[in-house]
Amino acid sequence: MAGEERRAVKLHIENVVKEYKGDHGTTVALNGVSLDIMENEFVCVVGPSGCGKSTLLNILAGLHEATSGTCYLDGKPIHGTGIERGVVFQQYALFPWQTVLQNVMFGPMMKRLPKEECMAIAKKYIKMVGLEEFENSFPKELSGGMKQRVAIARAYANNPEVLLMDEPFGALDAQTRAQLQTELLKTWEEEKKTCFFITHDVDEAILLAQRVVIMSARPGRIKRIVDVDIPYPRDQGTKSDPTFMKLKAEVWNEVYQEYLEVRK
Amino acid sequence: MKEKKKPVQISDKVWLLISFLAAMLVWFLLSIGKTTGRSFPFVDKIFLAIDKMAFQRKALWPDFLSSMICVASGFGLGFLTAVPVAFLMAWYLPVRKILEPWINFIRNIPALAYAPLIVIMVGVGKTPAIILIWICTFMTMCITIYGGIRNIDVTLIKAARVLGANDMDIFFRITLPATVPFIITAVRLGLGAGLTTLLAAESTGAQAGLGMRIRTLSSTFESDGMLLYIIILGIIGLLLNMLVDFIERRLTSWQEKREEQ
Repeated sequence: MAGEERRAVKLHIENVVKEYKGDHGTTVALNGVSLDIMENEFVCVVGPSGCGKSTLLNILAGLHEATSGTCYLDGKPIHGTGIERGVVFQQYALFPWQTVLQNVMFGPMMKRLPKEECMAIAKKYIKMVGLEEFENSFPKELSGGMKQRVAIARAYANNPEVLLMDEPFGALDAQTRAQLQTELLKTWEEEKKTCFFITHDVDEAILLAQRVVIMSARPGRIKRIVDVDIPYPRDQGTKSDPTFMKLKAEVWNEVYQEYLEVRK
Repeated sequence: MKEKKKPVQISDKVWLLISFLAAMLVWFLLSIGKTTGRSFPFVDKIFLAIDKMAFQRKALWPDFLSSMICVASGFGLGFLTAVPVAFLMAWYLPVRKILEPWINFIRNIPALAYAPLIVIMVGVGKTPAIILIWICTFMTMCITIYGGIRNIDVTLIKAARVLGANDMDIFFRITLPATVPFIITAVRLGLGAGLTTLLAAESTGAQAGLGMRIRTLSSTFESDGMLLYIIILGIIGLLLNMLVDFIERRLTSWQEKREEQ
């Protein structure tokens, strides 16, 4: 059938609708969202606050159920959480009573692997994010950037097939954010893990992704998908690439229009 | 020539001494006042009162023991019941909806008000005192622990869930450790409530007890003895608080010890 280089659809989002029933009637967070994410693909979703991008991620993670429509992973419908889908949250969500090592070990421990094996796995990923010296530190002793590195290592330690990232760098200062973007790019270029990344930062989206999905606000739906034709490896220097600048202006305009819609 | 004044560094121990001396001064001034002196005899009289209460009347030790048994039993029962009820309230809507308004209702009624009802029910002695302290400590601790469980960061539970944790894992590895600080706060408040209730609890025909003795001494205007007992109550409160501080530190160090393995 297909050529050997043809990539399979990893995540298939089919006509997903999500409604919330509140005190002031029903809010439609997502209104018929369909999207295919290929194996090994890096997709960023941008859109103004309230466009339902986090809702979509939560449905993919299995933390929320869609009102109608279904998401599929490798053709199998998604119901509930699963370790093949790793999640990184904006608020880090580290367990404060556990050390860095214990946090990263958590996933392997849940698989009931022997403790030594869990530790070995955890140490490998702590090394990947460069925090070997902080193995025995508690989250409160770490900076925001370090916390998010731990959270990323924790997600990787479960060796998920798909990484779902919900504005992971949203709470970080500009320099730390740039550094973590570069690190994430490097990791992705090595491991090519399918990545579904949510952000409101247009620069970040274009820098990281192969495709940028622009969502419209209330009710959330996909407005446009932009291909980012900039070859990897990329780094912060990519931001001065002419293609980058052109795409940035384009995407920024689209997002800004949606922002104005929300403000109305 | 201006010379910068070096701020004088006073250590905590010295501050404690200063605070103590200041209190002694106030106490002394109160003791020499014409009317205030009747209520606040100075420290020398209190030392004499120790001899009177402990050795001549042989009341101090039995009083102390009786009160401590009441507080310990009442608080123990309160703690053992408050923890599971708090979890049930946090997890099950009907339990929460039915219990919460009544806990808040009863919690705000002074124990002294319904103490006689308990005596009518179970008779005089230690039993009504223990029951009263149980009720009061239970209310305080249950509400505190329940509030703590409700305030657990849901993102932590989500994070555990997506890492493959089942319900049991989430309870033992997330909910329970996240609740520990609230349980410690609850214990602190519960011990305070226990001591406060002690006086009401012993007003109902107790044979001995710190609270009961204060009442009897008041009918003979023995302010030295009363003051001694009041100070003892204060010291007990202080020591219990230090005990909770100690437990709190122990729990943290236990966690750190675990990490070092």
